[in-house]
Amino acid sequence: MKRREFIGTLTALAVSPHISTTDPLVYSFTKGRPVQPGRIKLEIPPLAENGHSVAMTVRVDSPMTPSDHVRAVHLIAENNPVRDMAVFYLGAHCPRAEVSSRIRLNGSQRVVAIAELSDGSFWSDAAYVEVREAACTDGG
Amino acid sequence: MALARIDLPPEARRGELVEVRIVIQHPMETGFRRAPQGERVPRNAIHSLVCRYSGIEVFRATLSTGIAANPFLRFFLRATESAELDFWWLDDDEVQGTAKTHLVVSS
Amino acid sequence: MRKYLILAALITCAAEAQNRSGLEFASEEIRRLQASDAENPGMLWVDQGAKLFAQKCASCHASMKGVATRYPAVEDGRIVTLEAKVRHKEAFAYESDELLALTAFIGNQSRGMPIQTKISERDLEKGRAAYYQRRGQMNLACAHCHEQNWGKHLGAETLSQGQPNGYPAYRLEWQKMGSLERRIRACMFGLHAELPAYGSDAMLELELFLVWRANGLPIETPAVRR
Repeated sequence: MKRREFIGTLTALAVSPHISTTDPLVYSFTKGRPVQPGRIKLEIPPLAENGHSVAMTVRVDSPMTPSDHVRAVHLIAENNPVRDMAVFYLGAHCPRAEVSSRIRLNGSQRVVAIAELSDGSFWSDAAYVEVREAACTDGG
Repeated sequence: MALARIDLPPEARRGELVEVRIVIQHPMETGFRRAPQGERVPRNAIHSLVCRYSGIEVFRATLSTGIAANPFLRFFLRATESAELDFWWLDDDEVQGTAKTHLVVSS
Repeated sequence: MRKYLILAALITCAAEAQNRSGLEFASEEIRRLQASDAENPGMLWVDQGAKLFAQKCASCHASMKGVATRYPAVEDGRIVTLEAKVRHKEAFAYESDELLALTAFIGNQSRGMPIQTKISERDLEKGRAAYYQRRGQMNLACAHCHEQNWGKHLGAETLSQGQPNGYPAYRLEWQKMGSLERRIRACMFGLHAELPAYGSDAMLELELFLVWRANGLPIETPAVRR
């Protein structure tokens, strides 16, 4: 491997504290490009009483103009049996890069949000959610 | 046919930011649950959703089982003209769903 | 001074004896969901119920406002729930989306109104006895948790008073709407007790007592619960 490529790979690995860019799920849409922390904010309560429904909002600091906007936001749950949760496609016509939903969490874990901007850059945020177990499993 | 509830402001001014909220009746079955007799309930979740405003796509999402049952989505669009807001979605069982409402825009 | 002490004691007793809705024991997320009609998934069933009502019931019935505050009731010596009344023309299956939708719609029409069932002591006897009877492998009665220990913790959860004023309710555990009978069965399951059948005498008697016990609490249908 050439020295430049080697340093490039090191840089890519170095700038993503939230999730590894070689993680196959992440690689599937970043194709190895670096994912930097910042620009996107993942709002999720640190403590969720019930993993069945946890409120979540992602917000990206972006002017949302034709030349500078958010293309998509990817949501990943590190410990869910199915890790990819959603991809929200926005685009230049969208006036505000903010999406809310309710997610399911299979126990306490980290949730990662990755924004893809129109210039091809990727930005991430992560949050750890502690999920309480139900005491009375009523199976009904 | 799945029901949906779309929440929009009753009226918006042209150029204004509009908050759209939708709840769709759908179990978003994970495929990991077991029915009372013990058998696995097969996976069936909405995987694709598109929202069009006046015929133009304003929001699209790929969803998975990590989205809670009876999925809720909230996003924004810019009011341009009084027109229809229509949603379309497709689940793992290849069942389509639609819902529509009217956005009233004043100049 | 003594008069004031007696009054204070009476007020404390009254306050402690006061009925509290399950909402008071619910998490912030659940309270938030219930407060927003736009986000409360239970409203999907209410909407469906409104449509069904217009199609199937409106030809004979006018407004349902206030109706849910009076059920279950005793009619001609028999306990009658709202579900039973709704099924009088078309026998929807228990826990079917149609029955849940219609009862959710009817309950919602009384949202905010206090439960006001008028039931005689005699009619309450069996239900009351059931409430205080130990049952299941756990050998516990409803009263042990919901009367003697409400407000305390069972694991990570806070025990509620087991009030029925929000039903049919959207339960996160079920990820859909469910009836009070389903909830009672689920409770019994937790005790590893035999589950009373839907619409059975045992179920109706207990329901009658539960709703009578909740007199004064405002209806919250469609409530959101864990």
